[in-house]
Amino acid sequence: MPKYSLRINGSVHDVDVAADTPLLWVLRDVLGMTGTKFGCGANQCGACTVHLDGAPARSCTRAISGAANREITTIEGLGAEGLTTLQNAWLAEDVPQCGYCQSGQLMAASALLADNPDPSDEDIDRAMLRNICRCGTYQRIRKAIHRAAREG
Amino acid sequence: MSDFNVVNVSRRDVLKTLGLATGFVVSSAVVPKGIRALANRALADGILADRLEPSVYLALDTDGMVHAYIHRVEMGQGARTGLTQILADELEANWDRIHVVPAFGDLKFGSQNTDGSTSIRMFYDAFRMAGATARHMLEDAAAAEWGVARDQVEATDHKILNKVTGRSQDYRDFVAAAALLTAPAAESVTLKTRAQHRYIGKPVRNLHMEEFATGSSIYGQDVRREGMVYAVAARPPSVGGKLTGYNREAALAVSGVLDVVELPEMKAGWGFQPLGGVAVIATNTWAAIQGRKALAASFDGGPNGSFDTTEYEASLWRSIDAGGEETYARGDVDTALAGSARRITADYFVPFQHHAPMEPPAATAEWIDGKLNIWTSCQDPQAVQNTVAPYVGVAAEDIYVEATLLGGAFGRKSKPDFAVEAAVLATHAQRPVKMIWTREDDVQHGFYHAISAQRVDVGLDASGRVQAWDHRAAYPSLMETATGQQTDAATSFEVGPVMEQPLVVPHMRIRSGEAKAHVRVGWLRSVTSIQHAFAMGSMIDEIAEVTGRRPDEVWQDLFGSVLTGADLTDASRREPRPLVAERLGAVLRRVTEMSGYGRALPPGTGIGLAAFTSFGSFTAAALEVSVSEDGEVHVPRAWTAIDCGLAVSPERVTSQMEGAVVFGLTIALHGAITVKNGAVEQDNFDGYQVCRINEAPEVEVAIFENEHPLGGAGEPGVPPVAAALSNGIFAAVGKRIRRLPVGDQLTG
Ligand code: FES
Ligand code: FES
Repeated sequence: MPKYSLRINGSVHDVDVAADTPLLWVLRDVLGMTGTKFGCGANQCGACTVHLDGAPARSCTRAISGAANREITTIEGLGAEGLTTLQNAWLAEDVPQCGYCQSGQLMAASALLADNPDPSDEDIDRAMLRNICRCGTYQRIRKAIHRAAREG
Repeated sequence: MSDFNVVNVSRRDVLKTLGLATGFVVSSAVVPKGIRALANRALADGILADRLEPSVYLALDTDGMVHAYIHRVEMGQGARTGLTQILADELEANWDRIHVVPAFGDLKFGSQNTDGSTSIRMFYDAFRMAGATARHMLEDAAAAEWGVARDQVEATDHKILNKVTGRSQDYRDFVAAAALLTAPAAESVTLKTRAQHRYIGKPVRNLHMEEFATGSSIYGQDVRREGMVYAVAARPPSVGGKLTGYNREAALAVSGVLDVVELPEMKAGWGFQPLGGVAVIATNTWAAIQGRKALAASFDGGPNGSFDTTEYEASLWRSIDAGGEETYARGDVDTALAGSARRITADYFVPFQHHAPMEPPAATAEWIDGKLNIWTSCQDPQAVQNTVAPYVGVAAEDIYVEATLLGGAFGRKSKPDFAVEAAVLATHAQRPVKMIWTREDDVQHGFYHAISAQRVDVGLDASGRVQAWDHRAAYPSLMETATGQQTDAATSFEVGPVMEQPLVVPHMRIRSGEAKAHVRVGWLRSVTSIQHAFAMGSMIDEIAEVTGRRPDEVWQDLFGSVLTGADLTDASRREPRPLVAERLGAVLRRVTEMSGYGRALPPGTGIGLAAFTSFGSFTAAALEVSVSEDGEVHVPRAWTAIDCGLAVSPERVTSQMEGAVVFGLTIALHGAITVKNGAVEQDNFDGYQVCRINEAPEVEVAIFENEHPLGGAGEPGVPPVAAALSNGIFAAVGKRIRRLPVGDQLTG
């Protein structure tokens, strides 16, 4: 099997998996980083969202061969140096219910704010459209993103 | 006494040695001063329990740490936090000194079936008593230690105040001494008043909130064990179908695939049995999924192989035409209908719905020293024990089952077929196996909310008053899943929600028509209240339309008023009707006010109302609905109200009510599972669509508080939503929706 060298949250990991293995399963099964969630495996729900070179990407449909040599950030890397403003906003608005979609929501939201520091409701809806929350925490997601934007 | 040194003695012997008593009961009256020193000494010698454990729900360590045995599972509804609030409140515990133990299956806890919106209301009293009993014992020990009267000590925030000296001491100083005491009789334990509550009814952050925000919460899909392998399975597309072939070699040729294992075939009497099929075990999930593809497993259709939802719907309407079994009646509906001045008849249809929790089902099983261990996102660890036991040949109580956090469940994870699969494979492989359901597995092999047909015939008198309500329903029963008994019509329990409403109609009848189950029917968040609230709530709006009255007034007349006469004394009702009407009328009034019902709205916009009582609670919803020129439905705002007696976790009740609106909108706007040739046609979120952020309204929630018994909060928010939506659509554009989902009915 081919070997890949991955840069995840600032550290290098060498893995040995089939080239078509999606990044999601490398993170979860090979490296034990289970913060990135499996929701659909089909680019439908956003639970598996990570950042590749700072841009949001669905790790469930991103083959490992295309993720090597990129800067990968996962939820574990988001608050590595203490909770971010965004995560604190999430706590302040009590966003999560079951919590399962929230890693993906946070990764999508942090990419949005990096891109657009003061998004409107429409900007938020557009950017977060691909992240399902079956518990229905959407209105709190909107509030938390606005709060994070305010608190910079 | 200073030479106190006993080896291998029982607690009773210690008490004797201390000169305390000869029996087990040591009341504070006979506990001498200095008991703490003695207890600590005995503890140091290892002859006493090192914790105070007056209940199965809690224990205190000698460092003052509280272990809360919260036996119900957490799936987003907040039960674990809520139950901890109750326990901590009566214990006067400091929130930061509570350790919540993961829920594991054990009969000693009572029901662990986290379902039916019951966790808080079923265990409120028991958890209060557990906390208060421990507090009482700590106070007894302190009073004895200080040699002061019982009423001169008072527990507050993990400390006990000595009112004589004005000094306080930490709980930890009294744990060992309190452990010597026998728990006081229930009558002598004083519970706090509501005014004294420090956690109950107060905004307390969900225990797991920080984990959720950092991705460190562990769900069934996330469990990892040393040496663990991963499994996925190919299952028969229709229930009862059998495996007819598969290519074992092709699967084994996939890199990472370790083994191919046939799963036990399903037997008659469905219950929670797994469906059968064949599993692929591999070194990672992806390899297992690729191996499953390579298997190219084939199945015969079995007894349900030709099932087709379009044909089935036609059969449901034939059952409706045929009448059905009467499950409830008052007055004389036929005569009243025949004599009515005006009749309204409407047919309502709701297709199969699916739970689609964000986390697909998963379970990990491992044999350790001859004992089977299972970690899984289940709603009932005891059901896992009971369901798995016959497959592995051990007694249910000998299986350790721990519930992880659940990434949503909505009823799906109360049926632990996936845990059986994990256990069978771990037994075969003799190593830890994680059974993973993919989203396709989840959507195609679910326990669906029943497809339903309903016909409501209403008779009005000359002045427009409703005299008769004849309600017919036909849908497959969930009983074969719940009990393993084939049941060919919805039971009176299932159509019960129709009867439970305080409908002000003198003549009423409910009938259930024949409907055999061909897919596994399960219970989905709020169960049959989904379709019944849709039909009843829509019909009330239709009555307003026909009589030319304001819907809010008709709602109050029919659901918020008291019917005099025979029905008042109907003993089959769970609760007295006047109270039901009063509470339902109040939540209706509240959402009517909150929404500014009756205010001027832009063209194409309307407000729809609905209310329902379910799971011991009373809820109402008002939805502002706008329909664009090209028929797109949008709900910018919603107002909901719940009367559940007391919201132990107001923050969680609020978020459940917000989420319930989104959940109800998914059912109303998109939800539909269809079956052709015995197989479910949808397989992921592109086929089974759920609401996304652009469809989520801004929801405002009102919570009522009163002295009535506690009701549920996880489910009751759902039932009014679909009717409020369709009534809102009617108010907006005058089009009546009688079939769910709305889908493209308005755009077509
Ligand atoms: S798991 Fe990747 S988009 Fe759903
Ligand atoms: S919080 Fe449960 S799916 Fe989003």
